[in-house]
Amino acid sequence: MPELTSLRDSYGNTLIELGKVNPNIIVLDADLSFSTRTHFFKEIFPDRFFDFGISEADMIGTAAGLASCGKIVFASTFAIFATGRAWDQVRLGICYQKLNVKIVATHGGISTGADGYSHQAIEDITLMRVLPNMRVVVPCDAVQTKEVIQTIVKEEGPFYVRLVKPKLPVIYKKCNFKLGKATTLEEGKDITIGAIGPMVANALEACKILKSKGIQARIIDFASVKPIDKEAIRKACAETRGIITCEDHMVTGGLGDAVAEVILTEHPVPHLRIGIQNIVSESGSYQDLYEKYGLTAHHIAQKAMGLLNT
Amino acid sequence: MGELKQIAKEVRKDIIRMIELAGSGHPGGSLSCVEIVVSLYHKVMRHKSKNPKWPDRDRFVLSKGHGVPTLYSVLSRTDYFPREWLWNLRKCGTPLQGHPYMRSTPGIEASTGSLGQGLSIANGMALAGKIDNKDYRVYVLIGDGEANEGQIWEASMSAKRYKLDTLCAILDHNKLQIDGTIKEIKDPYPLKEKWQAFGWEVFEVDGHNFNELLDAFSMANQTKGKPTMIIANTVKGKGVSFMENRIEWHGKEPNAEQAKQALKEIENA
Ligand SMILES: Cc1ncc(C[n+]2csc(CCOP(=O)(O)OP(=O)(O)O)c2C)c(N)n1
Ligand SMILES: [Mg+2]
Repeated sequence: MPELTSLRDSYGNTLIELGKVNPNIIVLDADLSFSTRTHFFKEIFPDRFFDFGISEADMIGTAAGLASCGKIVFASTFAIFATGRAWDQVRLGICYQKLNVKIVATHGGISTGADGYSHQAIEDITLMRVLPNMRVVVPCDAVQTKEVIQTIVKEEGPFYVRLVKPKLPVIYKKCNFKLGKATTLEEGKDITIGAIGPMVANALEACKILKSKGIQARIIDFASVKPIDKEAIRKACAETRGIITCEDHMVTGGLGDAVAEVILTEHPVPHLRIGIQNIVSESGSYQDLYEKYGLTAHHIAQKAMGLLNT
Repeated sequence: MGELKQIAKEVRKDIIRMIELAGSGHPGGSLSCVEIVVSLYHKVMRHKSKNPKWPDRDRFVLSKGHGVPTLYSVLSRTDYFPREWLWNLRKCGTPLQGHPYMRSTPGIEASTGSLGQGLSIANGMALAGKIDNKDYRVYVLIGDGEANEGQIWEASMSAKRYKLDTLCAILDHNKLQIDGTIKEIKDPYPLKEKWQAFGWEVFEVDGHNFNELLDAFSMANQTKGKPTMIIANTVKGKGVSFMENRIEWHGKEPNAEQAKQALKEIENA
């Protein structure tokens, strides 16, 4: 069993570190501070923490007001509520004037599991990616989460950071996260597999399966979904025979489409998007759902072999 | 009344067993609304489990969707679906979703789980009844934390504006949400005066007392020209000593030992 770490704990702990050095940081939540881990910050800086209760639109609107008065605002709740229930507030209140609000949402994707469709954000990346001025980052482990939070606090303007509920395997000791830069985790010349979030670990597993069949897969972590690393995509198009993108998210508008937009306009190659199709997802354990919706390492390896055979 | 109390006891046991087996779920807010849901399905509502889409049926919307174990238990006990379904709650490939899904479960009238949306849906059902000249009634259960959502208050004005007197909302006033008490988080008091000011007929009852609940439902039935709100004062986690009034039991499954203890307490109550 690989070592597992919590992205949410990492977020909570990093907020405390930032709070200590920067009195301008304000943290907001909407009755989910235990789940999102913003309660770590609340316990140490109770005067800079505000709980809006079950009022996501109110929270995001207030974040815009705070940011317009010079505060650096972190606003957290579950991904589906942050992006779905407050989308117009994010669009008009925050992105329109490029305010300094960092939406860090947890429980992205079907890995949220047994709560079912109402709680599984599978469209959130799409919803945030389309907004002008919004940047979208999807970390894959605790170390990267920490670096992402440390990075976005220094970058003026809105961000959407998507975390997941389950603990995930350690990918990085140190990742040198840079906005707009992808990280190549394995070099390969046959095929490129790009992934985000929990799918990075699965892509690395798939890489091993493929290696055993004599296929050299290049594995890329696309944590910075927007801005996306166009150069990494161009290189992958030129140097490998095709690209597979993997996300615990709907294929429509997510990482798959972000990569496809570059491929299509700059260097057409075969491209397969692994993710949730346009369906209604259901309750179940994270593992059962990944099996059902084709998100395991095994599924990735099979798609890769299929793509190379065509 | 003795019979209803016995049913409530069995429902509480179902809730504990279901959530233990599922390995996740929301015991606190399920246990607080047992008497409310039992009253509705066993005494108040006109409904036919063998004809769940009967056009003249009364409707129930569980706006606080996380309380669905209570509703699943009651639906299984009124023959909407086999009891065996209960023991596969929240499992992949089975009908009982973690939150209500009207397409997978007979008897579920609305899909909820994102809080704050059920009152508007219930309004729509009541409006449709008026348009179609039907006299069915619509019941909707709202959490007291859920009522933080602005949409609840938007819907409350619509219900008054359209004089939806076939509509009866129940507020599960168990005083807790997740991050604290409703008083600490958003302080929505005074509740009764607020709903009255929004144009509603308001009754306040002990939400674990069948007599008071049934009286309030019958008064709601007689209210004309405006919607009714029943503020049901309840205890979150009711019936299990270590869950009562504890926010940490909002959304956590009991382990085997805790479930055993809970079942014993409910049985001996
Ligand atoms: C829009 C939305 N925001 C947040 C949540 C997460 N959530 C689930 S239950 C809950 C607390 C509900 O409190 P209350 O309505 O008082 O329910 P009860 O006490 O009856 O369990 C929260 C915040 C949600 N389901 N929907
Ligand atoms: Mg409550």
